[in-house]
Amino acid sequence: MSSVNLAQRTRGEQDAVYSFVIPAGDPWMHEIKKGQYLRIVDLYGNQAVDTLFYNAHDPSDRYSAQDTIRAQRNIYLTTGTRLLTGAGTVLLTIVGDTCGRHDTLGGACASESNMVRYSIEKRHMHACRNSFLKAVTEHGRGWDKRDITSNINFFMNVPVTPEGKLTFEDGISEPGKYVEMRAEIDVVALISNCPQLNNPCNAYNPTPVQVLIWDGPAE
Amino acid sequence: MNDTSVLWEETVQGGAAWSHVLKRGTALRLTDLEGGANTAAIFFNFDCPAERFNLPDTLKAQHIARLTQGFVLYSDMGRVLCSITEDTVGWHDPLAGCSNAALVAEKYGEATYQHCRNDWHQNARELFLIELAKWGLGPRDLAANVNFFSRVDVADDGSLAHHADNSKPGAYVELRAEMNVLVILNTCQHPLDPNPKYVPKPVQLSVRRVPAPVRTDPCRLSRPENERGFTLTERYFL
Repeated sequence: MSSVNLAQRTRGEQDAVYSFVIPAGDPWMHEIKKGQYLRIVDLYGNQAVDTLFYNAHDPSDRYSAQDTIRAQRNIYLTTGTRLLTGAGTVLLTIVGDTCGRHDTLGGACASESNMVRYSIEKRHMHACRNSFLKAVTEHGRGWDKRDITSNINFFMNVPVTPEGKLTFEDGISEPGKYVEMRAEIDVVALISNCPQLNNPCNAYNPTPVQVLIWDGPAE
Repeated sequence: MNDTSVLWEETVQGGAAWSHVLKRGTALRLTDLEGGANTAAIFFNFDCPAERFNLPDTLKAQHIARLTQGFVLYSDMGRVLCSITEDTVGWHDPLAGCSNAALVAEKYGEATYQHCRNDWHQNARELFLIELAKWGLGPRDLAANVNFFSRVDVADDGSLAHHADNSKPGAYVELRAEMNVLVILNTCQHPLDPNPKYVPKPVQLSVRRVPAPVRTDPCRLSRPENERGFTLTERYFL
């Protein structure tokens, strides 16, 4: 599979059954039914969209970064990538991508990792994991921290060098770029629209992103 | 190795599981007896298993996509679970995850216990889940694993390739516990091992007492991030 595999989608916002703009720094949790399409739009460019997916009927059957990259033998996510669980369930397939590359190695920012990466005095700063935990503890299904695993960072560019270094490169996304997925089973999507202010991944300026859902084509 | 410090040694046969609470102040050495072994491993703070090995935090804190001497394994709480204090291999894979039942059946065919007794085909995911259950943990606790002794190369286009002959007979890696760490491991073949035969290799384990890391510990000084990680780990015990 090529690591850059652009593919546009044709359906417009007027046909969507759901549309929502996630403010910078907020979580968003939503169920997507089998056959529906989820599009995430990087409205202002280079915004990190930290995303987890779960089998809606068994949340312990959840997105696994390692299984996803091993199955496609490539660390980058793009058109054609099947998002897998650790048990091998196909959650969603990426069917549209105008950005071309998405990361699943860098994980989510957290107060604790910010303390390690930048300064112990950074503990107070807002971070993705706090948004994830707020969402899973508020929605009342009994989920907790154990359900937060290694996520996807849509629109982020995190290359690995042949020497085994992990690098954080300038983004390749731009305003209006999007990624679209088809749900292969009923899934729960959990997004933290990243509030990170400590690194240049989003030009130190977290911005809103839009999520849109379409029903599948009539059978 | 100072033999008087060794508490015990044992060998884990190929395709088998093992778990132990590695106490702070001890170290676990894994030795690839025959060459070409693989050891899939996960790690938890035994005193609070909700705190577990966090792969992305480990990679991005140290700007690495491989593991070797001088690097550490971070938990999700900004603390160091284990330090890699010695390593004669040079590259351990943190990316490719573990084998599962479908992968093993497809690569090696069926080999049930009834037909093969203890030569049956095991897979890393099921062995992790069984071993987790012995400690009261379950599928929600199973996150990313490390593969010791194996190497996976990443090309410029992001593609993955298993690296042959990464680990020689007698090669070893040593993990020093910086807290009381529940270590769960198994010796199943690497999921990208191109060998079409089911031939998981044995690994020798050796546990010994080690001194507490000093201020100038190489793992602590290898990155400014690790200095802070060790500080946060020390504060946990204050």
